[in-house]
Amino acid sequence: MEELLSTFVRAIFVDNMVFAYYLGMCSYLAVSKNVSTALGLGIAVTFILVCTLPINYMLENYVLKEGALSWLGPQYSGVNLSFLSLLLFIAIIASFTQLVEMVVERFAPALYSSLGIFLPLIAVNCAILGGSLFMQQKDFAHAGQATVYGLGSGIGWLLAIVGMAAVREKLAYSDIPKPLRGLGITFILTGLMGIGFMCFSGLKI
Amino acid sequence: MGLSNKNKAILAGPLSKNNPIVVQMLGICSALAVTSKLEPAIVMAISVTVVMAFANVIISLLRNTIPNRIRIIVQLVVVAALVTIVGEVLKAFAYDVNKQLSVFVGLIITNCILMGRLEAFALANGPWASFLDGIGNGLGYGLILVIVGFVRELFGFGTLLGHQVVPEIFYKWGYVNNGLMILPPMALIIVAAVIWIHRSRNKDLQEK
Repeated sequence: MEELLSTFVRAIFVDNMVFAYYLGMCSYLAVSKNVSTALGLGIAVTFILVCTLPINYMLENYVLKEGALSWLGPQYSGVNLSFLSLLLFIAIIASFTQLVEMVVERFAPALYSSLGIFLPLIAVNCAILGGSLFMQQKDFAHAGQATVYGLGSGIGWLLAIVGMAAVREKLAYSDIPKPLRGLGITFILTGLMGIGFMCFSGLKI
Repeated sequence: MGLSNKNKAILAGPLSKNNPIVVQMLGICSALAVTSKLEPAIVMAISVTVVMAFANVIISLLRNTIPNRIRIIVQLVVVAALVTIVGEVLKAFAYDVNKQLSVFVGLIITNCILMGRLEAFALANGPWASFLDGIGNGLGYGLILVIVGFVRELFGFGTLLGHQVVPEIFYKWGYVNNGLMILPPMALIIVAAVIWIHRSRNKDLQEK
């Protein structure tokens, strides 16, 4: 239990997807113009992370890893399919994104139109494939831990994009040097928020 | 070999006016993460350029046969296959750099530059133009990576490509490497500085 809690808190604050690894920056920069859209996208990303991580964890440990196929019989124990992992992970992620897109279109048409192209592009949001690849590196003990890690990184991403959207809403009233307007100032703000988040890096749980 | 003017524009545009990172806002994630030193930045730039050129050519050849509804999946599969090849090559010939790049080689798949250029260019143009577009955008991306990597390694470690360039004597006089440069947030601030300089020279790119 403690282990799960620690994975969860670390994924939100210490290994924050945006501030520590810069994952999912493209949609983070493009959609963080107002809070409600940012919240919608954040929830969608969290949902997809929570769904895809355990599935990819199972794939990794029961199909792809060296020796993972030994449950089929001893003659398969030497098979190493890990070179296929990128292809399979991205296929799982793309199909889940399709699913979420259909659900959002049916139940929240306003959100659907405000997210526009960025909803299907969740499939290529680096934060999600990044989650699966980090999961592969971190060698989690069981699928539950992978799920918790997915939830934590999703919430971390949500926190980052909503925070940035809130700052940018206020930024509309400030006097920024012309060449820095828009993209430039957003980069600097993200950097400053990143420095703020670094104070969590000494956190021991 | 003479290139027509249009092709020259395709190749050279992404280096400045139409740069994928600072103007089109594509491929930012990896640009920031791999640039704490110059060497991984260069390797990353080369890998992305190669993947992009070939993905552009393949998609451009297939563009009339891919049904519109499933094009994203097809693009992902093509790119994922190419990235797998590049990843295996890196593991074989540049193992140390591959270790430093860690998950970011795999993340080339979700690098928005690839999807962005495939959608915006390769689906509407012939293979040769698409190849040039891929190379051009790869180089434009690489240019920013190299600038950021150069600044961060020079001030953060006092080295370039692993060789000491800041003379020993400076340290005796009290010069200290800037530890902040190595930390993730500085990459963002350096890119912001690049954007600032770039946009004050090209006034038409300024927002609002």
